[in-house]
Amino acid sequence: MSMPGMYVSPEQLMQDRADYARKGIARGRSLIALEFADGVVIVAENASATLRKVSEVYDRIAFGGVGRYNEFDQLRIAGVRHAELKGFSYSREDVDGRGLANQYAQILGQVFTHEMKPMEVEILVAEIGLGGGANELYRIQYDGTVVDEQRFTVIGGDSETVHGRVESGYSDDISFDDAIRLAVSALAGDERELSASELEVAVLQASNGRRCFRRVSDDEIAALLA
Amino acid sequence: MYKRAVSEPHDNSEQHEASAPVSSMPFFTPGDDPGSDFVALLKRTGRDPFAAELPGIIDAGHATTVLGIRHVDGVVVAGDRRATSGHLISHRDMQKVFPADQHSAVAIAGAAGPAIQMVRIFQLQLEYYEKIEGRPLSLEGKGNQLSEMLRGNLPAAMQGMAVVPIFAGYDVARGAGRLFQFDVTGGRYEEHDYATSGSGSLHAGTVVKLGFRDDLSEHEALTLATRALWHAADEDSATGGPDPLRGIFPILTSVTADGYRQLSHEEASEVFTELQSELGGGAQAINSQGVR
Repeated sequence: MSMPGMYVSPEQLMQDRADYARKGIARGRSLIALEFADGVVIVAENASATLRKVSEVYDRIAFGGVGRYNEFDQLRIAGVRHAELKGFSYSREDVDGRGLANQYAQILGQVFTHEMKPMEVEILVAEIGLGGGANELYRIQYDGTVVDEQRFTVIGGDSETVHGRVESGYSDDISFDDAIRLAVSALAGDERELSASELEVAVLQASNGRRCFRRVSDDEIAALLA
Repeated sequence: MYKRAVSEPHDNSEQHEASAPVSSMPFFTPGDDPGSDFVALLKRTGRDPFAAELPGIIDAGHATTVLGIRHVDGVVVAGDRRATSGHLISHRDMQKVFPADQHSAVAIAGAAGPAIQMVRIFQLQLEYYEKIEGRPLSLEGKGNQLSEMLRGNLPAAMQGMAVVPIFAGYDVARGAGRLFQFDVTGGRYEEHDYATSGSGSLHAGTVVKLGFRDDLSEHEALTLATRALWHAADEDSATGGPDPLRGIFPILTSVTADGYRQLSHEEASEVFTELQSELGGGAQAINSQGVR
């Protein structure tokens, strides 16, 4: 028995999927990663204190995800596994952000073209450059597009507006405190104020030791914003 | 610590699953997911760390002395530096005490290769769990994980490649130091005051037993550990003593609320120097009589 078929052009099919994914992502809040004087700071709007958007992947690498939680968390776990297996088989220094970003691009691209439903997520891979090396920021879109960004990057709903707000306040060698203040005001916009409990902040910094990732506590954020 | 190369060729290629390429990203279906267990992930990707198929029996003893002592702020874990291969000394500056994670330490006795591999997997497992789950395992949970790894190593242990570790750490929930001793089958035994392992453990254990008090400070525990290791090295040929000529001293570590800390070379040397007059008493007496 054959299903009554209806022709849909590939262009239309991709367009529909892209619209679907974009709509899902646009519903969520944004996340900003900024390079500052000593590393990378990541700030997300997140009312939950337990369901994280920002996480540690490996010694120098952090993950950020926006959109559908279960989907980006699945990608986070796959990323941790990829990094740990690579570090186990080779060495810790061989695990890099670019490789991880490419893996995410492969998976998201594959899902976008072959699965029923695209993933409604946007992913950030941030890597701190140690010993004078440059930091790396990768933004991976729902269809597998990878964008290599400098200075700062924004993912999630309304990212263009937020991007503009960060752009106007960003300067090279911005301090840790200023970077967080700038990110928070860019996320909030002119009409809102965000409190520490509505924010999730983490930092990649060489002074944290081998594991550069550290979560910034609510108290610390509140003190910064006061 | 016994080191030995397994030179006999062995061809068990069908025993090993083909390894999944390192560059791929592992995904699993929900009912089939290895979760926060790193060893399970390794096995699923064809990298079973305990898949030892040894051709025969190897006598790898546990030539070493490692010990742990509880003190008021946490625990001290210490170990000698010697690795032997039969009657030869194969290494003089071996490390047998390692940080397991921020708040715990693991010390190893047994066959060096499998022991170091086990420590590495253990460290990775604790960090992996912490990253996947978003919070660290409890100290009890960490001890249990080590038990499971020992059980995984049992076939190799039966053929002589035994690993007998000590696990100790600061239990953040209880606010106290805790110690665990193990056997080759994965049996886990919590010790209240101190734990020892390796060929010199009898001598070291006696010294610690006589010197232990419930209110030892960190410094007193470090001194007691150094004293115990010195006596173990004095009686046991497979345990290395301090070597001031080369500047090699026992590894001394302490785990407290502030985390794991290994004493620097200078600090370890200082602890030993403080003890020197007490320990060298016998030898000096002999020298002064001109017997040697």
